[in-house]
Amino acid sequence: MGRLFDFMLPENKSPLTADTTDELFNFINEASLVIFLGVVLAMIYFAIRYKRKSEDDKTPVITHNNTLEITWSVIPLLLTFIVFGWGYSGWLNLKTVPDDAYEIHITGFKWNWSVSYDNGAQTINEIHVPKGQPIKLVMQSRDVLHSFFVPEYRVKHDVLPNRYTYVWFQAEETGESQVFCTEYCGTSHSNMLAKVIVHEPEEFQTWLDENGGGPSGSPVEQGEQLVSLQGCQTCHSVDGSELIGPSFKGIWGRDRNLADGSSVTVDENYIRESILYPGEKIAEGYQNVMTPYEGRISDEEITNIIEYLKTID
Amino acid sequence: MASASPTANNAATTPTKLRVKRFPPAQTPTNTYLTDEKGVWAWLTTVDHKKIGLMYLGAVAFFFALAGFLAIALRTELWTPAKTFIEADTYNQLFTLHGAMMVFFVLVPSIPAALGNFILPMQLGAKDVAFPRLNLASFYIYVFGAIFTFLSLANNGFDTGWTFYTPYSSDSNSAGIIWVTLGVFILGFSSILTGTNFITTIHKLRAPGISWDRLPLNVWALYATSIIQVLATPVLAITILLLAMENILDIGIFDPALGGDPVLYQHFFWFYSHPAVYIMIVPGFGIISEVITTFSKKTIFGYWAIALSSLAIAFIGFLVWGHHMFTSGQSAVATTIFSFLTFLVGIPTGIKIFNWVATLYRGSISMKTPMLYVFIFIFLFSIGGFTGIMLGALSVDIHLHDTYYVVAHFHYVMMGGTLIALLAGLHYWWPKMTGKMYNEPLAKIAAGFIFVGFNVTFLPQFIMGAQGMPRRYYNYIDQFTPFHQTSTIGSYILAVGFLIILYYLAHSLFKGKQAGPNPWNSCGLEWQSTSPPDFHNFSHTPVVIHGPYDYHQPMEEFQLGLAIEHGHGEEHAAADATTSEAVTSETTEA
Repeated sequence: MGRLFDFMLPENKSPLTADTTDELFNFINEASLVIFLGVVLAMIYFAIRYKRKSEDDKTPVITHNNTLEITWSVIPLLLTFIVFGWGYSGWLNLKTVPDDAYEIHITGFKWNWSVSYDNGAQTINEIHVPKGQPIKLVMQSRDVLHSFFVPEYRVKHDVLPNRYTYVWFQAEETGESQVFCTEYCGTSHSNMLAKVIVHEPEEFQTWLDENGGGPSGSPVEQGEQLVSLQGCQTCHSVDGSELIGPSFKGIWGRDRNLADGSSVTVDENYIRESILYPGEKIAEGYQNVMTPYEGRISDEEITNIIEYLKTID
Repeated sequence: MASASPTANNAATTPTKLRVKRFPPAQTPTNTYLTDEKGVWAWLTTVDHKKIGLMYLGAVAFFFALAGFLAIALRTELWTPAKTFIEADTYNQLFTLHGAMMVFFVLVPSIPAALGNFILPMQLGAKDVAFPRLNLASFYIYVFGAIFTFLSLANNGFDTGWTFYTPYSSDSNSAGIIWVTLGVFILGFSSILTGTNFITTIHKLRAPGISWDRLPLNVWALYATSIIQVLATPVLAITILLLAMENILDIGIFDPALGGDPVLYQHFFWFYSHPAVYIMIVPGFGIISEVITTFSKKTIFGYWAIALSSLAIAFIGFLVWGHHMFTSGQSAVATTIFSFLTFLVGIPTGIKIFNWVATLYRGSISMKTPMLYVFIFIFLFSIGGFTGIMLGALSVDIHLHDTYYVVAHFHYVMMGGTLIALLAGLHYWWPKMTGKMYNEPLAKIAAGFIFVGFNVTFLPQFIMGAQGMPRRYYNYIDQFTPFHQTSTIGSYILAVGFLIILYYLAHSLFKGKQAGPNPWNSCGLEWQSTSPPDFHNFSHTPVVIHGPYDYHQPMEEFQLGLAIEHGHGEEHAAADATTSEAVTSETTEA
């Protein structure tokens, strides 16, 4: 059903979470438009009708009118009660996750969304979900505040470092929906984007089975997959182009100048330290903005990443 | 200083007899506050509320120009989805600086400290504020706070957004943050002192006859504002002190890495910063009431409704801070209550709008520039208000929170409301402050540019915000390009409007026509003095026997004064001279 203010809203791809929001959005806009036009037209009409004719104009003394004032206090009050109740019930719906929801874990960190599924599969900045099933995203942050926002589902929640938060939705058509970070988080805040990719249920199951179990193959291959899954490439290129951090291209064995004026040879221990405690040695010309991976990554994974970095020339 | 205020009640119990004289209407001044003391040093050390008000006005205009210039740079950067001409880090620092300067250096002090300082004592018939030296001190504290903020720019700058959310702001990388928060901390004291000063002035320095029901609505608005300033600002100081303790001493309060809670910070921050929104907008309401009555030549409709709604807003405004945090992870119960209370604060605001429009009914309406700004105010501020209702609705806010919809909303309230009201007040009182008129046709053209430019800038932001465009984004996805480009063009139109204002006001200062004491034929007490006013505002302490909007009463009645003339140390001699020929009468009203 087309409503007057639908043009302002993005497509509705999760009716269970978006419908009441959209209806209320339209209702408030329509009611506001009526009152707004009333106020503005009355104002303009009075300005024309009662235009000053001479500096000696006499005006009547109208100090107040109880009936009128009570009317225009009570009617807006009742309207806002309606809006409150409506918004409240819609919000309860957003807070109440259906029992059969499929859970996916999301970790936000500067400036990526890492996604883990129940069989150990992991993705970065891509959230694969089945169509027609409620999905619950359990979210936490590894560093500062982020906020997870999917306009097409009308869901949003801040992602915090010290507690879990969640959102739920149920996508009703296959395809992609844009995810934004909406809590300011630094240099690449506006690049902290992701996609929700909606599959047919069978297709999703196949995808999940193929990707379960995490990285596999030789240490170098595993290292390559880890660099991708951990979101390293958001800030470190492998082709030498300049991003927020130094490029990985050809770093192995080279001397690197540090911000404090000293220099260091890029070897196993330097890479290990830079992953776990990135603030210890800052490369010259770069900011100390990387999220520490201490406690987030195993020694074996670090070894594999080092093996992979050795191969990037 | 005479401070008797014989209200009807007082008069019944303790009849006060004042010797009152009828004075000729104010004429072209011979010795004004501008000619009384001259030179830079006299200005810098003055305790005259009018000069301090003008110094504030100059500082506010300076910061507004600077922050406005940053806004133009930001809008220009957003012309294309990727980099246009500045880097991401620069962009992040610029929007932070734009927000922080506009809020702390422009909006908070703009109306109360600049226009309020000038007009409030005049509307009360007082010689000055209650604590003139404190008034000067608060100006220097303001300057001092501003200097600290600029020092932060020399120390890496700061890129946290004006909200300084933790744990991002606790990051060791943002060294400048300590300087800017210290600056804001200092600035807070300026605000507290101004508030204290105004409350005392309103209670103690009203001229004879100004009972509480004859207080101009501008004074009521400043009174409500001052209460918020005094009660809310200390919380900001506490919050910033805690933030500084965390940053410098590593005491965990807000940073989870140290065992703190970032949501606690948001509670503290908004406990000040939401009432601060009313510190910014409520004085604007006062100006609107003054201007709309003068240019309708009519009594205000619903005096008490408007006066008390300011106090209601001030009170309820303290209880709604959590509506900034619907998506933050605060408790569900808190979220529900905050949403409910948010709607309650919308009602008194709506009532004011209806009262103003009702005041126009059967008035004698003259569309001079200040009145034009009142119309623009009602138009823009209503949009700001309605979109505020939208953001108070829980489910809808989840979708709109932290998008450009919010950006557009608060610009409609803060710029379409506060700054437009400031422009209305500036154009209204300019002849009083300077004694000169400005170019009326040019002023109307500028108002047109501002109205059109403002809407072209911010209306598209409502749409792209509802479509999902998040705020504080350096890059954006392609689909938002047309909205951003329209918005950028609008900001240029807006800038042209302000440049025209700058031109004709400067022109007016040097070559403007003489305004005369009361160019708008207003009943307001401040207009019964000369333009520019005498050093002591009035040559005699005025005696007020009518309300501030009694346009049905003969104007001459306003020239009554206490039969003691002001002077510089020769008061007694002057008093003797005048009382001999004084007409004595009682000030108990009919």
